[in-house]
Amino acid sequence: MLASTVTAVAQRRRSGPRVRDSAARGAGSGAGAGSRSAAYLTYLLPATILFTVVIAIPLVMNVYTSFTDWTGVGPRQWAGLANYRQLVHDSEFWASMWHSLALVAAMAVVPAVVGLLVAAALFDVIAKRFSPRVASVLRACIYLPQVLPIIVAAIVWGWILDPQYGALNVALRDVGLGFLAHDLLGDPNTALLTVMAVLIWFQLGYPVVIFMAALQRTDPALGEAAEIDGATWRQRLLRVTVPQIRPEIYVVLLTCTVASLRAFGWIYALTGGGPGVATQVPSYYSYQSFFTNLDVGYGSAIATVMTLIILVVSVVFLWLQRRHAG
Amino acid sequence: MSTQLARNRGPAAWLTLTALAVVAVVILIPFALIALNAFKPPADYSAHGPLSFPDGFYTGGIKTFWDTADFGRALWNSILISGSVCVLAVLLSILNAYALGIGRVKGRTWILGAFLIANFLPQEGLVYPLYDLAKEFGLYDTRLSVIIIFTVIQAAFGTYLLSSVLSTFPSELLEAARMDGAGRARILWRVVVPVSRPTLGVLLVFFFIWTWNEFFLPLVFLVSNQNQTVPVALGTLQGQHIMNPLTTSGAALLGVFPTIIFFLIFQRTLTRGVTVGAIK
Repeated sequence: MLASTVTAVAQRRRSGPRVRDSAARGAGSGAGAGSRSAAYLTYLLPATILFTVVIAIPLVMNVYTSFTDWTGVGPRQWAGLANYRQLVHDSEFWASMWHSLALVAAMAVVPAVVGLLVAAALFDVIAKRFSPRVASVLRACIYLPQVLPIIVAAIVWGWILDPQYGALNVALRDVGLGFLAHDLLGDPNTALLTVMAVLIWFQLGYPVVIFMAALQRTDPALGEAAEIDGATWRQRLLRVTVPQIRPEIYVVLLTCTVASLRAFGWIYALTGGGPGVATQVPSYYSYQSFFTNLDVGYGSAIATVMTLIILVVSVVFLWLQRRHAG
Repeated sequence: MSTQLARNRGPAAWLTLTALAVVAVVILIPFALIALNAFKPPADYSAHGPLSFPDGFYTGGIKTFWDTADFGRALWNSILISGSVCVLAVLLSILNAYALGIGRVKGRTWILGAFLIANFLPQEGLVYPLYDLAKEFGLYDTRLSVIIIFTVIQAAFGTYLLSSVLSTFPSELLEAARMDGAGRARILWRVVVPVSRPTLGVLLVFFFIWTWNEFFLPLVFLVSNQNQTVPVALGTLQGQHIMNPLTTSGAALLGVFPTIIFFLIFQRTLTRGVTVGAIK
């Protein structure tokens, strides 16, 4: 597993410059390049039709619906900015936005930081001082939750955390720590923190795998030079390693942030947004507005805000990535 | 050099190993709990709880769940939907990437950016209009509706990844094929596709697993029992609060099982694929 990653990355590294040369040659050759590229447009035709129907039209319809009052049947009533005005004063909506930030911390920030430490430790210490096999087994264990469907993982955790028959409280009682037994998901003070802990469990493997692959392609000479100059392990990590794997760090932060805003399955199966609104998130709130409260205009407004936030986040990340790459 | 390092296993190295082993064990606990309880007899469970080693082998929990959830049908639906989506989405990605990566169509940077952003868009912002359109066209509560939607969503990512892979395609091969008089379509199927087979394989596996794990849109679109996928069947049963601890662990085992199988089968491809995705 480890070996294949190394070769794949190594091959890509080697093929990099040569390929760029040939691409440049290709672009420069022949005056007919423009008309030749136009002939390829037919290959984009199926995607153009499908993307228009499945992405573009629904996106526009959703924004339009957010300016109307609609139960899902009958005609839409134009409502102007009424839904958005209601959003601004809706404490449940603001609570859900704050909870989103908490989930970004649990799914992007903490896994990225801890994942970097774990990946560096596996790569620098375990693979080199013990054996690459041990490192790859540990990596596989840490990655395992990532292959589960979210809903399955959420059901398992819901069962472990159940206040009566759940394994966690039973275990605490068995070892005489019964006073610590607690309905973690049922108490508004602990529900969000518990969901965050479960998300960290689920997410950690992803940055570990990506960062370990990234470390394979770093230049070991740089780290050794820094070590000879007396740099500590922490300094080498922050000053030498991190700058070299910056592209992967951006990818991890972007994809995890986007994923954290889609926490629907977790909330659906673990808490239903409760107790009260203690774990409400925009994703689940919009679903409830659409299909439970039949307030489609309001649900569309929440979904439109989510879409805008994700657009801004992705554009900023891509811009930052491009700036650092260039 | 590695032997020298191996001898250099100071306390810090052993401490790191211990810490990482603890992390790995904690992460595996839920899996162990499922395995421990999925086949535990109910009497044993009520007497000794979820942590004891089972004193018998009982398949009733799994059987009850299999029947209530109509799990065989759900498995078949998941295989059908994920299988169709992964093939169709890879085909669509190839067509797009051929035009963008090799054809170098004008404005490709913008087109690629649009594909990437389409992949990031929250499904919440598309779900109601899609639900509305599906009802309009008589596709609501059909597996076809889910197949179409996920083909497009997965192809958005596939196009982005495959275009950057194909933009580094050796131009000597393309020139040689052109000299031999091959047309554009022939070059695509006879030269580009065979040469990029490893990447296409990674995409197939990714699309299959991603579609398999999807919950939100299938929950909205597949309301009747006979169309539900594995995650939807599990999720709706959970929502109805008719699960007891034994059916839950049985259900979890049945839910975990297929993905663990995929994980073992595709482990090599997956790890390589995660890397491919990361570099872009």
